Amino acid sequence: MLSKKASSLCHGEDSSYFHGWQKYDSDRYDKLTNPKGIIQMGLAENQLSFDLLESWLASNPDALVMKRPNGESAFTDLALFQDYHGSADFKNKLVNFMARIRENKVNFKPDNLVLTAGSTSANEILMFCLADPGEAFLLPTPYYAGFDRDLKWRTGAEIVPIHCSSSDGFKITMCALEEAYQRAKKLNLKVKGVLVTNPSNPLGTTLTRDELNHLITFSVAKNVHIVSDEIYSGTVFDSPSFVSITEAVMDRNLERTDLWSRIHIVYSLSKDLGLPGFRVGMIYSNNKTVVSAATKMSSFGLVSSQTQFLLANMLSDMKFTDKYMKENKERLKKRKETLVSGIKLAGINYLESNAGLFCWVDMSHLLVSNTFDAEKELWEQIIEEAKLNISPGSSFHCTEPGWFRICFANMCAETIQVALKRLKDFSQSINSKKKAGSCSRQRRFLLGKWVSMLLPYDPEPDR
Amino acid sequence: MKLLSRKATCNSHGQDSSYFLGWQEYEKNPYDEVKNPKGIIQMGLAENQLSFDLLESWLAKNPDAAGFKKDGQSIFRELALFQDYHGLPAFKQALVDFMSEIRGNKVTFDPSNLVLTAGATSANETLVFCLAEPGEAFLLPTPYYPGFDRDLKWRTGVEIVPIHCTSSNGFQITETTLEEAYQLAQKRNLKVKGVLVTNPSNPLGTTMSRTELNLLVNFISAKNIHLISDEIYSGTVFSSPGFISIMEILKERSFEDTEVWNRVHIVYSLSKDLGLPGFRVGAIYSNDDMVVAAATKMSSFGLVSSQTQYLLSAMLSDKKFTKNYISENQKRLKQRHKKLVSGLEKAGISCLKSNAGLFCWVDMRHLLSSNTFEAEIELWKKIVYDVKLNISPGSSCHCTEPGWFRVCFANMSEETLKLSMQRLKAFVDSTTKTSQTNHQSIENSRRKSLPKWVFRLSFDDRETVHGER
Repeated sequence: MLSKKASSLCHGEDSSYFHGWQKYDSDRYDKLTNPKGIIQMGLAENQLSFDLLESWLASNPDALVMKRPNGESAFTDLALFQDYHGSADFKNKLVNFMARIRENKVNFKPDNLVLTAGSTSANEILMFCLADPGEAFLLPTPYYAGFDRDLKWRTGAEIVPIHCSSSDGFKITMCALEEAYQRAKKLNLKVKGVLVTNPSNPLGTTLTRDELNHLITFSVAKNVHIVSDEIYSGTVFDSPSFVSITEAVMDRNLERTDLWSRIHIVYSLSKDLGLPGFRVGMIYSNNKTVVSAATKMSSFGLVSSQTQFLLANMLSDMKFTDKYMKENKERLKKRKETLVSGIKLAGINYLESNAGLFCWVDMSHLLVSNTFDAEKELWEQIIEEAKLNISPGSSFHCTEPGWFRICFANMCAETIQVALKRLKDFSQSINSKKKAGSCSRQRRFLLGKWVSMLLPYDPEPDR
Repeated sequence: MKLLSRKATCNSHGQDSSYFLGWQEYEKNPYDEVKNPKGIIQMGLAENQLSFDLLESWLAKNPDAAGFKKDGQSIFRELALFQDYHGLPAFKQALVDFMSEIRGNKVTFDPSNLVLTAGATSANETLVFCLAEPGEAFLLPTPYYPGFDRDLKWRTGVEIVPIHCTSSNGFQITETTLEEAYQLAQKRNLKVKGVLVTNPSNPLGTTMSRTELNLLVNFISAKNIHLISDEIYSGTVFSSPGFISIMEILKERSFEDTEVWNRVHIVYSLSKDLGLPGFRVGAIYSNDDMVVAAATKMSSFGLVSSQTQYLLSAMLSDKKFTKNYISENQKRLKQRHKKLVSGLEKAGISCLKSNAGLFCWVDMRHLLSSNTFEAEIELWKKIVYDVKLNISPGSSCHCTEPGWFRVCFANMSEETLKLSMQRLKAFVDSTTKTSQTNHQSIENSRRKSLPKWVFRLSFDDRETVHGER
């Protein structure tokens, strides 16, 4: 009766990424009402700088009640404004904002910008524009779990992973790119492009110049697209500074080649400004056909004109946005350092990072065996015993067991201290249990169906 | 190697149709009472601009709703972070209450069966993704909203097979036409997954009769298919017969908890009733849990801004306001509709008797040089370029009979509507005179080629037509 899309599981929401979320939902930590509850560390939200936004709003009430600077009401115009080209004013402010994030080393034309309801929509639209059903995009692992749904579900496109490993900090290598390309070929999948997230989710690192150059070289050689999801570009709080794909292409003097029209950027205000609820995403492309098709497709997910108006106003206050971006980064840096020192105290290693809202953490030494089964078990324990919802690397398609993503910007300073203490205690307890040798029986939790749907193998009976 | 997808490079976004082209012509030369009094008057946009004062007055009295405040407290943080695809509970509750109110409280809706989407455009596409595979088909009665060619087919790969309705019975759906469409689909090897109707109808402006609704229920029951009822104009019913929702019929026939109950899905939006297309508020209502579950996940690709959800949940929860708004808005629509109808009458033009919507379905067959779609497009070009009115030709709505046009009445001031009717009358008067004298030669020289150019952007032969009058 229903389509395959509606009845299948390929919306990707059976992954542990979403299930951990659900577990947390049923036992949420609250300092007062549920101090023993699960602390959410699986949500990449930026909650550190709302006070700055709220103070701006308090000083600019007109933008909220849809009044123009001259006191006239913009309500009627906004109520009727459903032009899929988006508010010209808002787009001007956005490209300006994006350029400043890139230290004005690149500039963007508002006509090449397409507004979408969040980057979730932007990524899907780009796939619809660049790939036919059955064609593939290469993605470096580990990658954001939501891509399995966003890029594949309704588009019918495929993802072929580019296996990155801890031996070189999960960086993208020419070798890994080529290997992924060959694997796609063997699977009879036509590769249309590479999609990277820069800065990376879940790694929290910016792509190096070398990596960007590999991508460019690869894309030129294979005549494929590069989609660069730069949603975290405003969260780069430490060196090395952010190098956008646009900058890298310009540095190689390739603007006037056909590569230029195969570079597409995705952006959003959900992470930098911490406004995921407002659904503001965008596609930037130098390819006129892509811009034209994506613009029409954006009909299926336009940004509310009420929201466009508010944020156009906010972004036009450059004094505010410059101050905000600077302050926001400082807070992110500080919070990350807090997390990192807590992780160190717990005897856990982590990947050095300079961006994002999370750390990529190595708990492989806590695994009973170097397997994803063991990672799953460890994760269950972390939820049940440590009462922390963190995201296991397998949900990001990491090829090495034992890595976890831990978010640090979606809670207050006090809560993170509680979390770190729990992590330390947990880590110590696991270590001592390991030393004592009595591992497996204690770890058999009765798992609901949701856990067995997580990964494509059966838990071993007696370990 | 082909670099872009087929979807990006083909024309099946449906935007080459005259519906959109007339829009573009208007954009180049828009009427303005002061700045451009000879410009093109937009009568092709089904917008409701009649009741903004009511909305603005509510906003002025309730600044907290737009100010992210609840009971004096700021809830900005919560809203900024709220991206739950289940939607804001208070908003969904207010929305189902509003939908119920529009249906005279004869039906009630469960908010957990409602899925919010960025406009009805998104709702319709999402439903089709959920109900049909690429290559399968939905039956749609003609004439239908031109946007459906994009919304239902483009990215989904689903086909539309028309149910041919005719003026002989006021374009109503009949058992015969339903069955014919079904057979047509079979001949084309298309598996029919359902029927999609717009009730009240766009472009007809009529509500579906009990007979039609019952026919539909019988049909989908017999064929074991879905019914999507796009009820986006349900709040614009301004005179009798009143609006009968498909849900009401199902209840009357005790279809609750049957399989048919699970195959009926409603689409709604605040773009027409409240006149808020810019805010992107649409919804799917379904009794089928699986459809609700899948559509909810798909709504990730087009969620409603939490800022907007909050504002409208406050507005729609104000029952005193909604009661007054619904009734006053309908009064104004009725009045405006009357003005259009009488203006048309004065120009010797009749239209389909209608009781809803933001437009009339106008009969200009007598003004055609021949009973062909070529003649219809010729007439349309004259009306756009010479009379300077952008109205929508029936062919863009897939009407099977040439000569019908959709003329909107709620997206302009009363003075502008008056002016448009004056222009139309002047045109008809002059055409009648001219045709009386030049009938034969015009007949011959109006042989234009080909339906194909309806779908092209440029209007190169405009000069020739103008010169011949």
